Amino acid sequence: MFEKALVGTKRYYGVLGFLLLLIGIGFFIYLKQLDFGLGITGMSRDVSWGFYIAQFTYLVGVAASAVMVVLPLYLHDYKAFGRIAILGEFLAVAAVTMCILFIVVDLGKPSRLFNVLLHPTPNSVLFWDMIVLNGYLLLNLICGWTVLQAERNEVPPPKWVKPFIYIAIPWAPSIHTVTAFLYAGLPGRGYWLTAIMAPRFLSSAFAAGPALLVLLCLLVRKYTKFDPGREQIQTLGKIVTYAILINVFFFFCEIFTVFYSQIPDHMMHFKYLFAGLEGKGQLVPWMWVSIVGMTLTAIFLVIPSVRKNENTLALACGLVVITTWIDKGLGLITGGFVPNPFDTITEYWPTIPEAFITLGVWAVGFLILTMLYKVAVSVKEEIRA
Amino acid sequence: MSISRRDFLRIAGFSTLFGLGAKAAFEMLAPGELEAKLAPNPKALTAQRWAMVVDMRKLDDQTAQRCIEACHRIHNVPDFGNPVNPEDQVNPQDQNRWEIKWLWKEKFEHAFPGQEQPYVAERLHKLNFLLLCNHCNNPPCVRVCPTKATWKREDGVVMMDQHRCIGCRYCMAACPYGARSFNWRNPRPFIKNENQTYPTREIGVVEKCTLCAERLAKGQLPACVEVSNGALTVGDLNDAKSKVRELLRANFTIRRKPQLGSNPQVYYIV
Repeated sequence: MFEKALVGTKRYYGVLGFLLLLIGIGFFIYLKQLDFGLGITGMSRDVSWGFYIAQFTYLVGVAASAVMVVLPLYLHDYKAFGRIAILGEFLAVAAVTMCILFIVVDLGKPSRLFNVLLHPTPNSVLFWDMIVLNGYLLLNLICGWTVLQAERNEVPPPKWVKPFIYIAIPWAPSIHTVTAFLYAGLPGRGYWLTAIMAPRFLSSAFAAGPALLVLLCLLVRKYTKFDPGREQIQTLGKIVTYAILINVFFFFCEIFTVFYSQIPDHMMHFKYLFAGLEGKGQLVPWMWVSIVGMTLTAIFLVIPSVRKNENTLALACGLVVITTWIDKGLGLITGGFVPNPFDTITEYWPTIPEAFITLGVWAVGFLILTMLYKVAVSVKEEIRA
Repeated sequence: MSISRRDFLRIAGFSTLFGLGAKAAFEMLAPGELEAKLAPNPKALTAQRWAMVVDMRKLDDQTAQRCIEACHRIHNVPDFGNPVNPEDQVNPQDQNRWEIKWLWKEKFEHAFPGQEQPYVAERLHKLNFLLLCNHCNNPPCVRVCPTKATWKREDGVVMMDQHRCIGCRYCMAACPYGARSFNWRNPRPFIKNENQTYPTREIGVVEKCTLCAERLAKGQLPACVEVSNGALTVGDLNDAKSKVRELLRANFTIRRKPQLGSNPQVYYIV
């Protein structure tokens, strides 16, 4: 079945070529990083995690959101999603692969990666993160591939795959919960020390992932002969709407606790992010765009006419992807480290090499996504013909 | 008897083939010698629970500086402001970002954020507190490390294995005292006078103060304590007759962020 990923139109090869070019550039700069050390990034003694870990955090959410397609299909027998389940699962495969790559490029000693397996440490959340991420990758590959193969042969999926599908459903929130626990259990980092971290992660994930899926469905419809379906896109739109509303609500819950309690250790991170401290506040405009944009988009999406028009829906989904990315991909990690444990401020901004390595990893993800979608769409076109 | 490198490698290689490992090579070439080398030095300083008391009444700025220099010199801590070759010059911003410190000075409000208050003794605000790894009883860094590269010894010293560390920097996120440094780049061009008896580090690993575990093992006090003119004291917290217990009994002491539950074991007399 994989051979379908290797034949295609000129435009298909063009996309692959462009992604390979970005991967090549990223890889070349990664070699520089291996040689010089992580000093080529903007990270520091005070902000010791940066762009790489932020992308990983965001993409775990995108990966987890595949469950928003699989769950209605298999638990509520919502048959319409049978048409796009594969698109959700393959998006998860691409996203988890990026997550794992982002962790690897962030390691100071990637050659010692297997120490995590050689010295298993159940008290470290990172150990569990490794388990849930790799497990989720495997589950989505198995479920996605097998069901697609059955579809191609026009037979029902084999029985043995059912347990894997059911395991994958609770497994999805677990990957994002465990990732939230990476941050939420640390003493002295007031911004992260909140029980609502995992719920917030899940709500923003279930908004961002399906929003991205809506955009991908629209692209698939535009450039292939396979139509994911209007009803499917509309249902995804409703999922995005509820999830982003809950996400905004959770954000204000956080704001209430932090600012009504008036505890400085918890307030100062929000002050840095939304107002700046000691004249330093490079993230301030970003954070305001994120939260105001997110709130307006949430209100906007509630209006049925906006949601029903695919153009405005696409616009809103684009905004959801961008605003949730700013929240997690920029604010969350940096905001947790600034101010540092001495109440002083060292700011962080990714450097150009860091940005290119990041782009390279994203390109790997999109290469996997493009090829897997090519396989899926070819099969769908084939059975229709 | 000394073993030549060649002999050792040959026999170790063969014995590994037969599933015996390098220890067998030692046994064949120098029976008994390995055990003898592994036995602790009878002169080693030991404690059930190591702790440190910093007496700020005795710690003037020069003493603090001397402690820092002693520590950083013997542990080959790089100084990015002072490269071996002038062409390796680092701009001040990167010096700040890449800084590695095991022992350092900080003002009261930065060492004890949240504990500063208006109208407090002026003397306090002029003091430079000497900060280091707190060798916590409940260390968050140990809890999070995915490879056990950082661990707590029976005697309370929080250790760091730079050869095990994968450089994930989770311990840096977990430490509420900013006591850990990362090698963002090769530190070696920034070590002016290398101490040949202590290893230098390479890129991509975390490091920190280990309470001079290597000196305690030889019966020496930590380097900072040795040059502190009595301002710094280490001793056994479990021994009621120890010097640290005596100081804790006689003086009011404070600790950094005790409310976090990490139970830091560096006490400050102010």
